[in-house]
Amino acid sequence: MITIKELSDDNLFTAGHTACPGCGVAMSIRNAIRVLGKDTVIYVPASCAVVFGTTFPYGAWKVPFFHTAFENTGACLSGMQAAFEKKGKKVTAVGFAGDGGTYDIGLQSMSGAAERNDDVLYICLDNEAYMNTGIQRSGGTPFGAWTTTTPVGKVIQGNRRFKKNLGDIVAAHEIPYYATLSIGHPLDFIRKVEKAKNIRGFRFLHMFTPCIPGWKMDPAKTVEVTKRAVESGMWTLYEIENGEKRITHKPGKMKSVKDYLMMQGRFRHMSEEDIKKLQMWVCRKWNLHYKEKGAPEVCEIPQFEEHHAVTEEHREMHGP
Amino acid sequence: MKKVITGDHAVAIGAKLCRVEVVPAFPITPQTLIIEHIADFVNDGELDAKFLTMESEHSVMSAAAAASAAGARVFTATSSQGLAFMHEMLYATAPLRLPVVMANASRTLGGPPGIWCEYNDSMGARDSGWLQLYVEDNQEALDMVIQSFRIAEDKRVLLPVMPCLDGFVLTHTVEPVDVPEQAEVDSFLLPYEPDIILDPKRPAMIGTFMPSEYIMELRRQTAGAFESAKEVIQQINSEFAQKFGRDYGGLIDTYMMEDASTALITMGTVTSTAREVVDELRQKGEKVGIIKLRFFRPFPSYELKKAVSYINALGVFDRSISYHGGGPVYNEVRSSLFGMKIPVINHLAGIGGRDVTTKQIMKMFELTQKAANGEKVSDVYWHNTRGETV
Repeated sequence: MITIKELSDDNLFTAGHTACPGCGVAMSIRNAIRVLGKDTVIYVPASCAVVFGTTFPYGAWKVPFFHTAFENTGACLSGMQAAFEKKGKKVTAVGFAGDGGTYDIGLQSMSGAAERNDDVLYICLDNEAYMNTGIQRSGGTPFGAWTTTTPVGKVIQGNRRFKKNLGDIVAAHEIPYYATLSIGHPLDFIRKVEKAKNIRGFRFLHMFTPCIPGWKMDPAKTVEVTKRAVESGMWTLYEIENGEKRITHKPGKMKSVKDYLMMQGRFRHMSEEDIKKLQMWVCRKWNLHYKEKGAPEVCEIPQFEEHHAVTEEHREMHGP
Repeated sequence: MKKVITGDHAVAIGAKLCRVEVVPAFPITPQTLIIEHIADFVNDGELDAKFLTMESEHSVMSAAAAASAAGARVFTATSSQGLAFMHEMLYATAPLRLPVVMANASRTLGGPPGIWCEYNDSMGARDSGWLQLYVEDNQEALDMVIQSFRIAEDKRVLLPVMPCLDGFVLTHTVEPVDVPEQAEVDSFLLPYEPDIILDPKRPAMIGTFMPSEYIMELRRQTAGAFESAKEVIQQINSEFAQKFGRDYGGLIDTYMMEDASTALITMGTVTSTAREVVDELRQKGEKVGIIKLRFFRPFPSYELKKAVSYINALGVFDRSISYHGGGPVYNEVRSSLFGMKIPVINHLAGIGGRDVTTKQIMKMFELTQKAANGEKVSDVYWHNTRGETV
């Protein structure tokens, strides 16, 4: 396994791009490409990464780069990989798509490539909203979060739905490899990128990438926020290899979701009631991920006094 | 070798003879036979290509663009709703100069839904940067797939090409077709060797974000390639005629135009029916002729002007409506002939797959001749349409 010291410094995604300071997407791309190396061809759909990395006549990529549209990362990877195979070229076809480009508009195309088990590496950079267009809600936006399309209004405050469970959707395609990553956990990050690179078939890396303006947070805190996300259960580090799920990093003690929320302006408006609802969702997720067979629940789901509202949410989450 | 085959089969054989390398596919009537035949060729080992069963036409054109950018010769086929669904991606392939060839089985684009021949699917892609041509029979369908790759991959052009064949009238109708030998096609169409591709040995960025300071030059270049394409199309037509003995005329073809005083512009299979009518009218001594519009993009304005310079009136057949009064071809023709004092009459017919009979074409000539005689006629006629007079 490659170590941090052995990582190439070829600058394949070079400095000088125009991403915001502290951008989780840029950090993830830069570190992933250091592991992936030179024999890589990149597809990026419509996203910040196209703007900050490729605005003509400048370009941050020193490996081949391709872009056409928003919703077609899976299909473009399949197409280029078919050409490489036909020509006998040993190249890793890698897509860097955002959460909107994967959870929503690009879901079908991703699903097609996954279902065909095409030999490509799909990376989802999940910053939990359409950031390039100016912070609009996506299927990856967490409960309660402010975005410009889930504003904090007098009647409705923030996003009313919980983050879509993309991991299970992707894994349901029975692909060779799915993993979640965070730049706050570099060893785990490098190991998973390297592993994905060397597996054949459709691999999916799901990276948690804070967005400074979108999350309204301190640009110096990108890494800290990803760590806090894992500690609170808002993000879980695991991998599914040939159907076998394995937790790759288990936080010691669950931290309150409030600790995580308070680092970001997008959650600052949240009512105690909404925070409790989110905590309940996180607890359920935490238990699903970390509870060992026969053991008691790790996280106790908080009880609520306001029965009416809770029942509504409860129905949304658990069915009638 | 002569084979009795459908138009779709002819197109598939054409693609096979071109040794296409990547074929992303998605079924849609009446194109589906094309991709089915190609799947057979691949699975029977007759064609060494990557056949990708995509999950939508949008993904078909995405994969086609990416495979082409990665250096492969790419072919696919679509129709109607499928073409509409991939519309966005048509605009990616052309300006990125990716010479994909895609057959379009002309079919009405709903709603209300239908599956029969109309040109409102491809006409909507007029400004996407694709070259567009319309064939008359199954032989031309096969031959034009081969010519399309030559045109598309020519360094002076480097644009995607869309050969269109009439849904059902050709796609599902068998005709005798002279299938060229592989060796003949190999000597006519050499392997695709692009200069800039997605190759880690020579990294390039294709499809970068383009600010206003640069985009106009790029558009201008694409427009220039369309101009070059006119000459290339004629050259390749001549070369093909020399090698295979079939001369299609290039951008346009003409029939009995040498001494014609009235002419009709036709497209696709209606041309064959119109030839019959011209023969009949000629026997009666009427000086009529046909201009078969083969390429809609690039639009052969100059060639048309030349072809009509001695005639008194021109009829234009349109198989779709542009909702500005007439059809899209009529619009282009009038614009091309601006300044020439020739009355131009639009004949809308065959929309949604309605049959276009010799009787209707006779009527088209009759009305056009009236205009030639200075009689008062309408600009636009809907033929064989309930509630209309013709």
